[in-house]
Amino acid sequence: MPGPTGPQVLFTSVDDFLNWGRTNSLWFLQFATACCGIELMQTGCSRFDTDHLGMLPRSSPRASDVMIVAGTITHKMASRVRILWEQMAEPRWVISMGSCANAGGPFSKYSYSVLNGIDKLIPVDVYVPGCPPRPEALIDGTEVLKERIRKYQMFGIRDTEAIVIE
Amino acid sequence: MNNAELFSALLVVYPDLSCETADTGEILWVVPAERLVDVACTLREDEAFAFDSLMCLSGLDLSKYPTAEKGVFVGDLLACVYHLHSFTHGHEAAIKVVVPKNETASIPSVEAVWPVAGWFEREILDLYGIDFPGNHDRTRLMMPKDWVGHPLRKDYEYPQTYGGWDLKRDGQTFTSGPYA
Amino acid sequence: MNHASLEQNDDLITLNMGPHHPSTHGVLRLVIQTDGEMVRTCKPEIGYLHRSIEKIGENLEWYQFVPYTDRVDYVCSMNSNLAYALGVEALLNTKPETAVEIPLRAECIRVLFAELNRISSHLVSVGAAAMDMGAYTPFLHGVTQREFINDILEKTCGARLTYNYICIGGVMRDLHAGAEAEIRAFLDQLEPAMHSFNALISTNTIFRGRFAGVGVIDREMAIAYGMVGPNLRGAGVDWDLRRDRPYGLYPKLKFEVPVGKAYAGSKGVVGDCYDRYIVRLLEIVESIKLCRQVLDMMPPPAEKADDPIGGHRVDVTKKLRTPPKGGLYTRVENPRGETGYYIVSDGTKMPYRMKIRTGSFTSMTIFETLVPGMMVSDVVAFIGSLDIVLPEVDR
Repeated sequence: MPGPTGPQVLFTSVDDFLNWGRTNSLWFLQFATACCGIELMQTGCSRFDTDHLGMLPRSSPRASDVMIVAGTITHKMASRVRILWEQMAEPRWVISMGSCANAGGPFSKYSYSVLNGIDKLIPVDVYVPGCPPRPEALIDGTEVLKERIRKYQMFGIRDTEAIVIE
Repeated sequence: MNNAELFSALLVVYPDLSCETADTGEILWVVPAERLVDVACTLREDEAFAFDSLMCLSGLDLSKYPTAEKGVFVGDLLACVYHLHSFTHGHEAAIKVVVPKNETASIPSVEAVWPVAGWFEREILDLYGIDFPGNHDRTRLMMPKDWVGHPLRKDYEYPQTYGGWDLKRDGQTFTSGPYA
Repeated sequence: MNHASLEQNDDLITLNMGPHHPSTHGVLRLVIQTDGEMVRTCKPEIGYLHRSIEKIGENLEWYQFVPYTDRVDYVCSMNSNLAYALGVEALLNTKPETAVEIPLRAECIRVLFAELNRISSHLVSVGAAAMDMGAYTPFLHGVTQREFINDILEKTCGARLTYNYICIGGVMRDLHAGAEAEIRAFLDQLEPAMHSFNALISTNTIFRGRFAGVGVIDREMAIAYGMVGPNLRGAGVDWDLRRDRPYGLYPKLKFEVPVGKAYAGSKGVVGDCYDRYIVRLLEIVESIKLCRQVLDMMPPPAEKADDPIGGHRVDVTKKLRTPPKGGLYTRVENPRGETGYYIVSDGTKMPYRMKIRTGSFTSMTIFETLVPGMMVSDVVAFIGSLDIVLPEVDR
């Protein structure tokens, strides 16, 4: 994760324009592992339809801006998550969807194979709680992320503290 | 044929087999590990049995299983339970194979008899540490290849680290590791 | 790598499908060696979603495990709940002193919701199969209908996906007010919707060309490799646990069991991908019939408001403290085929062993044998037609 780039006074208008583009075409990496993947899928389909928010599912990490980690991450999968995140182009964002990705969820206590939260692997911007979260909660999470993206470009400072949707 | 008739028919061929009945009415035919492949071939090929399908293959760690006497456990034993079903006749049966619980526990593979057994056996190899000589691939199925221990054994201790990072559960203090 | 091995393999390319791949329906990884477009070897690698549910089962009390069964197969959580509840009830019923009686209304709701969930699972399955073949619209049609089912189930259970509704001894709570009318209205509009779905994709020449004669699993192979459910019936084996090992309310219901018959016409073979796809579509039709029959025979809700349909009854909880000792294998027909719970009890309040045998796990075993010889694009069709859900494989 690169550090703050510092204020860029000269390019503010350009940034505003880029920023407008980034927030309105938030393509997400379709990274569905478990139950939340079904809700992610249904969020992208007919009723909730993330397309009207400019969010399209992408299969390649290189073509996506935000990684929505939907589902349980096991130790076997952990290094793959990191590799996928590393392949994404900057500025990249991460939404942790559901209890398992947030903190291990129902598997945190007795499971020998589940990673207790993906924040051990990659920096998370927004946590969306729920098991699984409703599609509305996920869309709310992306709206919060958009605020952060605007702030990032305006001030050139990236917040490292994650946001938890309530 | 019902289960008792099937078992008496099997006893004609293999007189040294025994039969266990649990409180739940579950009937298990106990087969010694070294006779398993022979018995399986008979059950699969013989017209009277025609068990063409292996429904389920479960591993069991009997070391903490209580006996009729209070406070006494079965002892250091691992077991495999084979649930069989015949699409030809519609009958069902279950076989139990018991082996001592140690690092060299092994049961001959029945993959040649029922191909579906291949993956069931790999799963048990992974989670219980029973080796299956004759299986086409005797590597871990579920856990990473470099995982230590066999998680479904009753005395399994949860690992503290894996792949360079800390797996502490209490307090969520993941401080070490390449990505910290 | 030495010289000899280079010469042997120099025209083979190792292709790694997954664990993150859009067509593998989750986190399946296939290591494929290809000779041009032809697959020479295929090695599935699973376990990327192994969440140790069986170990968790040994550490929790009997009724605490119900939410985890949701997560064994989340596309049809209701059926997974039902399989576990039936397994534990069968264990309790082996002794007269611990026998559990389930109210008729609870039985009706169980079958009704299980069939509704079967419809929604098959809708995702056939939609995803079409999506793998490059047709995105049928998937949207499937999910649109699935949303209606989610709504109905959510109003009663409070969750869209992981219901935790069918519990040992009954169901959690009664249907919400007006549920019967809503379900009837939904079923009435589903039938014409399925006709338009068929007109859109099932009769499509390209789609049929991709599925017909591909991935043929014949009868002997299907039985030997442990195929279950629609995959087994697609191979021409007339076997359905709901009819042949009936449980719950199913003995009282009338339905047909669709079997693969080379539906794709002249190019089709019994047991090809198209047969499995059509069997799922026909099962949706049968499930609609079943739901209607259950709605017709549903008794009215009990007069007493407290604990009307047997969920979390005190007497069941007491019986679960000392269940009969021993094991029991229970088989239930889920959308992805036979789900078996091999439950071993040591007579205490926690299970001793909880083996879950799932349909997807055994479906995966056929890959190493059948995939070599296929084209790479047919592998995607084959995975789509088998309807594999990875958490069920890994558990």
